[in-house]
Amino acid sequence: MTGNEMSGDAAGGLESHDYDVVVIGAGGSGLRAAIAAHEAGARVAVVCKSLLGKAHTVMAEGGIAAAMGNRWKEDNWEVHFRDTMRGGKMLNHWRMAQLHAQEAPDRVLELETWGALFDRTEDGLISQRDFGGHKYARLAHVGDRTGLEMIRTLQQRTVALGIDVFMECTVTDLLKDTGAAEDRVAGAFAYWRESGRFVVFRAPSIVLATGGIGKSFKVTSNSWEYTGDGHALALRAGASLLNMEFVQFHPTGMVWPPSVKGLLVTESVRGDGGILKNADGKRFMFDYIPEFFKAETADSVEEADRWYDDKINNRRPPELLPRDEVARAINSEIKAGRGSPHGGIFLDIASRRSPEFIKRRLPSMYHQFKELADVDITAEPMEIGPTCHYVMGGVEVDPDTEQSGVTGLYAVGECSGGMHGSNRLGGNSLSDLLVFGRRAGEAAAAYAEGTARSRPTVAEADVAVAQERALAPFSGGEKASENPYTIQSELQQTMNDLVGIIRTAAELEESLVEIEAYQERARHLIVEGHRQYNPGWHLALDLANMLLVSECIAKAALARQESRGGHTRDDFPGPDPTWGAKNLVLSLDATGTGVNLKEQPLPVMPDELKEYFA
Amino acid sequence: MSYDLKMRVWRGDADGGDLGDYTVPVETGEVVLDAIHRLQATQVGDLAVRWNCKAGKCGSCSAEVNGRPRLMCMTRLSDFDETETITVTPMRTFPVIRDLVTDVSYNYEKAKQLPAFEPGPPDADGKRRMAQVDIERGQEFRKCIECFLCQDTCHVIRDHEDNKEKFAGPRFFLRYAELDMHPLDTHDRRVLVQGMAGIGLCNITKCCTEVCPEGIHITDNAIIPMKERVVDRKYDPLVWLGNKIGIRNKDNDGRTEV
Ligand SMILES: Cc1cc2nc3c(=O)[nH]c(=O)nc-3n(C[C@H](O)[C@H](O)[C@H](O)COP(=O)(O)OP(=O)(O)OC[C@H]3O[C@@H](n4cnc5c(N)ncnc54)[C@H](O)[C@@H]3O)c2cc1C
Ligand code: SF4
Ligand code: SF4
Ligand code: FES
Repeated sequence: MTGNEMSGDAAGGLESHDYDVVVIGAGGSGLRAAIAAHEAGARVAVVCKSLLGKAHTVMAEGGIAAAMGNRWKEDNWEVHFRDTMRGGKMLNHWRMAQLHAQEAPDRVLELETWGALFDRTEDGLISQRDFGGHKYARLAHVGDRTGLEMIRTLQQRTVALGIDVFMECTVTDLLKDTGAAEDRVAGAFAYWRESGRFVVFRAPSIVLATGGIGKSFKVTSNSWEYTGDGHALALRAGASLLNMEFVQFHPTGMVWPPSVKGLLVTESVRGDGGILKNADGKRFMFDYIPEFFKAETADSVEEADRWYDDKINNRRPPELLPRDEVARAINSEIKAGRGSPHGGIFLDIASRRSPEFIKRRLPSMYHQFKELADVDITAEPMEIGPTCHYVMGGVEVDPDTEQSGVTGLYAVGECSGGMHGSNRLGGNSLSDLLVFGRRAGEAAAAYAEGTARSRPTVAEADVAVAQERALAPFSGGEKASENPYTIQSELQQTMNDLVGIIRTAAELEESLVEIEAYQERARHLIVEGHRQYNPGWHLALDLANMLLVSECIAKAALARQESRGGHTRDDFPGPDPTWGAKNLVLSLDATGTGVNLKEQPLPVMPDELKEYFA
Repeated sequence: MSYDLKMRVWRGDADGGDLGDYTVPVETGEVVLDAIHRLQATQVGDLAVRWNCKAGKCGSCSAEVNGRPRLMCMTRLSDFDETETITVTPMRTFPVIRDLVTDVSYNYEKAKQLPAFEPGPPDADGKRRMAQVDIERGQEFRKCIECFLCQDTCHVIRDHEDNKEKFAGPRFFLRYAELDMHPLDTHDRRVLVQGMAGIGLCNITKCCTEVCPEGIHITDNAIIPMKERVVDRKYDPLVWLGNKIGIRNKDNDGRTEV
């Protein structure tokens, strides 16, 4: 099963595989989809860029949001649904938010059945912790390494079921059958990172589970894998993206030393009692409580501090407002000159909880600061600032099956859109992966079964085109002179400076000009060496995806003339109800080189759900 | 503050290779992986290296720094003198693919041979109950990020390719121990861990524990108790504790051997 041995030795070097369902991505969503498809009887392959168990999900810290009611019996799916919709400023697809809240508890229990060891309550049940935007303590967790527990559990389950995994194998193109009456997906084209050889997967169902786009920003908590491959693959296959203007900047990333700038500091620090202070020692979040959340947020230090033990009679501390609010507040304090020595602000848990408590609840944060910054978080405050963390936008899918606009093409996890609206609540991603991963896997298996009589076929000409595209960076021609690493780092700077946490029309326009210039330069890349495990070549291929997705983000951000969730416009500071009623949808234009944008009304929420917001 | 770091980095593939000499500008506060990345971005674009999280969480960036198995992203340059030359080589126990990237498929094969967790039915309300104290050991073992540095360092396989077939290595002894100590598991893998996994070949040198970046007490908490469970089914402090606090004694309750 490992993709980690020399492969593709077949004559001509083109390896070919037939499956019912091919899942692209081995994070939480991809593995959950693969397990579901396998259990539904499909022949399944999982393909991923890194080794199995290393996907981004491994880095998740805080927990999985699910209204299990283990800590607060008052909690149930309806409260979770309401919190999710309000956190997303009502732009979420109501049906996804509903399914998510209803099914998350069962999905978490399932992990336990497969061997996960969550932290326990006194009664031996799965413990749940507080997080921003969630009314009750709701996040199932394992210290601050919940993602590791989740991916290892799913990985071990995948292995136990004998599902084929193609590791260190990168998909560069989706293949379609355009012969029949209806356009449908027929397979995928990939290369082994190790040998550089090509692979063709033939399958009626493809599930995209490729994660996010954060690597296009300079300061980010995301890894090299987050180049928006799934977003770009979907676009190029004819599917649409929505909500791309909404990028989550997590309020607390490390700011020092430079090598770790952007690295995540989990929200659990605040959930477990940590507070934010500026250079004057002021607990400033009380100055930034927006009208929308006034009724449910404490307005005095005393009330805020009582809340940790008595949630019924007190309101939440303002440090636990949704992430967009906290990130903007921190940004304002820094801009006003009240920042910390290294350009952040202070996150203090040392003065509020005992060293034993901190080490037990936040072991990997303790470790991370100690090892990488020489800071003992049980004795001194941390310096933190906003970091690009998550993209709410993604492939537009049917809420029940996760199928995109292209028949046979599904999308789940961070690369899908709609579930989180304009802002995701912490913990709602890991639960999203499980709920929709399972749904997509089942739907993909069912659809594949139905194609038994007329399997889509891959056209050999398309394979040749995909191969040519993948090899292009090696033959940049006369003008080839551009280093992919240089363009990538310039793009990251542009996105950070011009499409970052606070945006204006002028800067967004400028960003589009710059992105276009990078796209032009990226046509003349020069790559050293040969095809065997060559990161320069890999980046050259990823770069095209980063540029396409960055263009989508900037375009949508320029179009949306309001501020909402993860999209803040300095020139349109407030939310606007007309904008609050529509989504921006992006698709590839007829030439295949640019993107089109259109407005689309939000799906209408049924009356019985509307009541929760009365 | 920045300075010029002298580095020697192994470059090559399965057919052989050599240490290359490089000088790369670095900043204080940086880690070895930063220096490698700067080399890659500015001097050798095709230098092969694995990494993901850059925060010691994914276990991808394992290599040997000055001969010691370490995560490159957690090895700070300030641990070395500024004038010292830092040598980075791939993990020695696994076949080289290219430069710092090795073929770690041995580990994935061993994982496949290990029978998975098998719980009994849940409680009547569909939930499962376990006390925190009963899962703490298991949680310690599940901190493993699969960096395979313990496997790299273990002398049983480090220079003995022929032992690989009959020896699963410390990472997987940890997994056997985790399952054996899981309060809800119903399988008995003790014959397997002795036979197929070859725990008997381990002579408790503790080298694996020393290199574990997660600080897991592999030898003391997993291997030694596991050896004891195999040999003498009566002695085990945890089972004893379990009896005291009323959880099932796994030795006597019907477990199915796999
Ligand atoms: C530091 C950090 C902490 C977080 N903490 C939390 C938390 O506490 N709670 C929470 O709910 N969320 C959290 N999140 C968010 C959450 O972890 C992610 O959104 C989620 O894990 C994404 O999962 P995924 O399955 O969509 O993708 P990933 O886990 O990122 O997996 C993507 C997979 O796709 C593969 N892939 C990508 N492109 C290709 C290609 N072209 N070909 C083949 N394979 C490809 C990759 O190799 C990888 O296997 C956190 C995120 C970060 C960065
Ligand atoms: S203690 Fe055992 S497993 Fe660990 S390094 Fe020594 S021989 Fe190998
Ligand atoms: S036990 Fe420690 S050294 Fe071994 S693979 Fe796991 S984390 Fe790495
Ligand atoms: S890059 Fe993840 S452990 Fe080093």
